[in-house]
Amino acid sequence: MSLAVEPGEFFGLLGPNGAGKTTLINVIAGLARPDAGSASVMGADVATDYRRARRMLGVVPQELVFDPFFTVRETLRIQSGYFGVRGNDAWIDEVMRHLDLTAKADANMRSLSGGMKRRVLVAQALVHKPPVIVLDEPTAGVDVELRQGLWEFVRRLNRDGHTIVLTTHYLEEAEMNCSRIAVLKAGRVVALDSTRNLLAAFSGSRIAARVVARDGSQHLLQIEGYAQLERELARLRSRGVEIADLEIERPDLEDVFLRLTSE
Amino acid sequence: MSFWTLFTKELLRFVKVSVQTVAAPVLTSLLYLVIFGQVLEGRLQVFDGVRYSSFLVPGLVMMSVLQNAFANSSSSLIQSKITGNIVFILLAPISYAEFFWAYVAAAVARGLAVGAGVLACSAGFVELRLEAPLWALAFAVLGGALLGALGLLAGIVSEKIDQIAAFQNFVILPLTMLSGVFYSIRSLPGFWRELSHANPFFYMIDGFRYGFFAASDIAPGLSLAIVAGAFAAVAWVCLSLLKSGYKLRW
Repeated sequence: MSLAVEPGEFFGLLGPNGAGKTTLINVIAGLARPDAGSASVMGADVATDYRRARRMLGVVPQELVFDPFFTVRETLRIQSGYFGVRGNDAWIDEVMRHLDLTAKADANMRSLSGGMKRRVLVAQALVHKPPVIVLDEPTAGVDVELRQGLWEFVRRLNRDGHTIVLTTHYLEEAEMNCSRIAVLKAGRVVALDSTRNLLAAFSGSRIAARVVARDGSQHLLQIEGYAQLERELARLRSRGVEIADLEIERPDLEDVFLRLTSE
Repeated sequence: MSFWTLFTKELLRFVKVSVQTVAAPVLTSLLYLVIFGQVLEGRLQVFDGVRYSSFLVPGLVMMSVLQNAFANSSSSLIQSKITGNIVFILLAPISYAEFFWAYVAAAVARGLAVGAGVLACSAGFVELRLEAPLWALAFAVLGGALLGALGLLAGIVSEKIDQIAAFQNFVILPLTMLSGVFYSIRSLPGFWRELSHANPFFYMIDGFRYGFFAASDIAPGLSLAIVAGAFAAVAWVCLSLLKSGYKLRW
């Protein structure tokens, strides 16, 4: 596998369970050692220059893990200290506000719901303002309200110059946020392109036209590809078919994903 | 700063549950003192001019230091591994040496806290003298560091709490009990006296006791060198395992 994420990108890493997404993230984060090859973060090798590499990386792990001895604020202060950041309360407060954690700042981690614990994991990854943020299934088990707030915050970080690497099973989230996507399958990159190109190249366009004929009957017609649209409409008109309504169904990433991973 | 944060986190971890991690072991040691002190007073030959209960206190203090230092690092690491929150340390730019020293220093701190508690409570009803306090402190710190490192080693290689418990019950506890906490090895028959010299815990107890009575079975300098050598060996194994990521990174 050879893969480069450009600075400032919002990059999606997709693939079925067992494709190697989390393994790849673990290698980048130094949690796993590759059998061969190397990985680097902003030019710092994750094995030989691990301190610099880890300082530039903020990882939201997939597992819902926490330290039951501490409150939310203590957890975030400790995490800041691990990364050598002192007097970080102003940023911690801001991160907690964006993630709607302020009211729980002094609550013990044990007392939080699963969604709240997930928010703390995100906050922990951000305490040292890393230039590269890796989100491994950040919205699993999280309610709709937090998802919206989280994505708004992450998009803001991306606009501010942070590189975002996202893995998710919610393909609409990847489609909505990622400018470029890699699809993994069995440890290999099976597609790597901009989200727009992937959608165009793999899914095609599905156009659904609801047709009303002279005799009053209605038909649902599905056409592959925008290029066919004008030709098919002309053909229908020449047959005297009056089009009462035209509904266009846009291609989505789920089609791309299914095609790539089922081949 | 990473070291200080990890060290402080480990300190807070046991301070937050100090009834369980400090008060309970102090009470256990005091029960040993009350029971063994009452039953064996005047029946066991120890140092000349030293009452048995006075002889027993330094042994119990050092036993508390050693057992709690081991418990601190081993339980903290295995809990972090089992719950998965070890990932927060592994993701951070913390070197393996900082990792090692932070866990060992926190283990020493808990050992000293419990030891000081046992000493302070014992002083209320047993006559104590501290002839060479710096020797006592040196053995307490180095002994705590050795057991803290052993606890870390057990935490690294173990995958379940049962394995830590086995290490504690079948290695640490017998070596502590047979180290001369409750008796002087002078009172043992020849074979058992010689065998006691193979127990590294004996040198820690004997050297620590020297700090109280300026009397010991082995010269304190030699004992301290043996304890330091044992610590260096265990530290080297720990650092090598941490560097390789054995059972922590995969």
